[in-house]
Amino acid sequence: MKSKLTYQVLLLALTLGLTHQSAGQDKGTMLIKNGTVLTITKGTLENTDVLIRDGKISQVGKGLKAPSGAKEIDATGLFVMPGIIDAHSHIGLESINEGTSQVTAEVWQGDAIDPLQMSIYRALAGGCTTSHAMHGSANSIGGQCQTIKHRYGTFLPEELIMQGAPRTIKFALGENPTNHGTRDGLLPQTRMGVEFVIREAFSQAKAYMAEWDKYNKNKTAKGFRGAPPEYSYRLETLGEILKGNIIIHCHSYRADEIYMMLNVCKDFGIKKIVFQHVNEGFKVAPELAAYGAMASVFADWWAYKFEVYYSTAYNATILVRNGVTTSINSDSPDLIRHLYHEAGKTQKYGGLSDDEALSLITINPAKQLGIESRVGSIEVGKEGDITIFKNHPLSIYGVPQYSIVDGIVRFDREKDPADMRLLPDPKAEIDVTLHGQYDEGHDNCLQDVEYLFNDLVGLKN
Amino acid sequence: MKNRFHIVLGAITTIVIGLIWQTEAQSPKGKTGTFALTNATIETITKGTIANGTVILKGGKIVEVGTSVAIPSDAEVIDCNGLKIYPGMIDGGTTVGLSEVGSDKKTQDFNEAGEVVPQVKALTAVNPNSAVIPVTRVSGVTTVIAKPDGGLFPGTAALINLFGYTPDQMYAGFEGVVMNFPNTGRRGFFDRRSDDEIKKAAEKSLKKLDEVWDKAVQYHKLDSAMKGKGLDYYPEMEALLPVVRGERMLMIEVNAAKDIQAVLKWVADRKIRKVALTGVTEGWRVADEIAKAKIPVITGPVIAIPTRDYDRYDQIYANPGLMKKAGVKVAIRTAGTENVRNLPYHAGFAAAYGMSKEDALRAITIEPAEILGVNDKLGSVEKGKNATLIVCDGDPMETKTQIKYVFIDGWMVPMVSRQTLLYDEFLKREPGVSKN
Repeated sequence: MKSKLTYQVLLLALTLGLTHQSAGQDKGTMLIKNGTVLTITKGTLENTDVLIRDGKISQVGKGLKAPSGAKEIDATGLFVMPGIIDAHSHIGLESINEGTSQVTAEVWQGDAIDPLQMSIYRALAGGCTTSHAMHGSANSIGGQCQTIKHRYGTFLPEELIMQGAPRTIKFALGENPTNHGTRDGLLPQTRMGVEFVIREAFSQAKAYMAEWDKYNKNKTAKGFRGAPPEYSYRLETLGEILKGNIIIHCHSYRADEIYMMLNVCKDFGIKKIVFQHVNEGFKVAPELAAYGAMASVFADWWAYKFEVYYSTAYNATILVRNGVTTSINSDSPDLIRHLYHEAGKTQKYGGLSDDEALSLITINPAKQLGIESRVGSIEVGKEGDITIFKNHPLSIYGVPQYSIVDGIVRFDREKDPADMRLLPDPKAEIDVTLHGQYDEGHDNCLQDVEYLFNDLVGLKN
Repeated sequence: MKNRFHIVLGAITTIVIGLIWQTEAQSPKGKTGTFALTNATIETITKGTIANGTVILKGGKIVEVGTSVAIPSDAEVIDCNGLKIYPGMIDGGTTVGLSEVGSDKKTQDFNEAGEVVPQVKALTAVNPNSAVIPVTRVSGVTTVIAKPDGGLFPGTAALINLFGYTPDQMYAGFEGVVMNFPNTGRRGFFDRRSDDEIKKAAEKSLKKLDEVWDKAVQYHKLDSAMKGKGLDYYPEMEALLPVVRGERMLMIEVNAAKDIQAVLKWVADRKIRKVALTGVTEGWRVADEIAKAKIPVITGPVIAIPTRDYDRYDQIYANPGLMKKAGVKVAIRTAGTENVRNLPYHAGFAAAYGMSKEDALRAITIEPAEILGVNDKLGSVEKGKNATLIVCDGDPMETKTQIKYVFIDGWMVPMVSRQTLLYDEFLKREPGVSKN
């Protein structure tokens, strides 16, 4: 019996060891020589080298020497910037909408990661090395999300996970969770109902925590005879939000609903909130700034639904100028490939400086995901996530050449073959030929919902 | 005393005019007249670059372009020192004016019921007061194809200028019949049909297409024999008649490589004279064949993900350049509605991924003008053409470039849209957090 246990422990250790050594979690050592280094937080350094050792930036300076055997990239004439971070994406996920209840805080996107998706490689080819794999917006309180690193090449879902990244959860306001008229009789149908759903959930979580606190306090007391309260992972998760251990990422569009959510947060003592999409954030920018809430926006998407009809492409600039920590996100397998261009649009719409514009896709989304001490700028001690561009990344002619994650080159424009599939389907006969399906024009947060509700649950009308 | 009175009167007049002007600035109107754009770098597109040049606009036309141009006494002079002049950009495929809010069918007028409705006309359904129009034109896109979509023959598209209060004022001289060639590919990962179902659906569509076309040819023969008199009212066939006769363009939407090949054969077999292919996402796979058929292409969106998982990640960015290299006549479109303003960026991505900058710029100016047969009026800065041009502070494909002035048919368009008005109102909102 004992020997069997030892054997199992050994086997487990071996498995873990193997996992650790496989492609996904590799950490590299490499020297990027003589580039124009856009550090984001510490200015732009000409003719500068960046040394990555064991996956971390160990030196930034001139005339650095690579350790023997380390890879070298000559970045002469090229622009070296931190890997781009997308604070709102659904790539690398098998499914994104649980949506069977207005509150599904118990589910986690980390359980639905698909490391084989081409969208991950394509994001890398657009310079994006980290993304926030989010739950959809079918319900007011959705599932927990997962920050992933684009370690394309691994077959193991868990290896995409950015270990140690703070927990995050998706909330959703407005048209998507209410879905006016298509789910008859189900709460919420209105923005009033959305507020109620969220307040009710937090109130229940508060009561739940109080019950457990009471039980934990009393259970060791002499003569205590009570049973423990019923366990609920849903309420447990909501409780962690109230304790400040989970960052809310709240899908929202209209100024009124953003303001409503700020008040809910105020009432429940929640400080960590990032508004997502937040097309009308510009209308309540002073309130967002005063509360310390952050905003993750599209550069110029509008009019794809009624609640974004009164939008402006100047949203990001207005938010930045009002002191709101702002990022530009994709919510799209296409947009994620050119976030640098999306950031560049803030120079057309409001004239942000280069550093301000680049912050929107690097250090600011890092702040919104709580990973700013690890990624988002080129600084000694940070992780070796780097993207190298031909031409300035904010220029329309900017073309990513390399994307590096933890010191490992995951995208190489010159060397990568055209077909980068990890696992081709040998049985597929008729090709998928998408024709501009991912053109601008909708947020992708409602993926699978029609199928789920109409076909599966049969709820439509 | 009298003098003093005049001075006071003058001052009052100035103030009053100032006030009126200020009110107007809240909701400015376009204005026309004679304009002299001086000291500009003129990118004519067709006749090279003119440094330090002048363009004179009068009566809705470009009346002079050059370096030694006399400025008419009645001209409003706009000093374009440090600025560049380009022709207005043309998007060869949009639903501008036909759709207002993407998710709301009540605001959409591009998709009529029925598989074969070539007689329904985009031009009459375009909303001249769409909020999308000012948003688009202040970014330098002056002229677009408004295109119906849906079944096999979803309607007749029209080229419209993005300034005017009636369709007639907006009409830019081209109408074409739209055809969606049956798609033999899987429409996407959401497409749950079996291979067999896909094949059968495509075959059925192709059969229907042939039936319609044969009927149209028959109608043409009957109509010719009867010298245009005596045929019963048959609006579908009447709409197809000019296409059969080669008088009106057939704009064929087609994307998958196999379908493009099938279209080329279909068009050749029927000897259809006036044709453009639109979409053409996989044109690069069969570019030589398209070039050989001498059929022009309006491709886009360029900023899009590859059609197939095994294709190179930048394949669609590279598509216009690859087709151009093979000898295809290429224009670029967005296929969009509310963000047609991004047309220059689609061309810019084509340029970043292989097309020359000159060709990319041509693909959103003179090439669509030539394909649509309006190059006598649009697509370049030349004497005699329509006064439809833009003034900007750099390369219009470059993201940060600011468009300073837009002229459409000689009208100086106000550089204001709902999006700029919201910016003005909310950059420094008053009141801020506290009201009192």
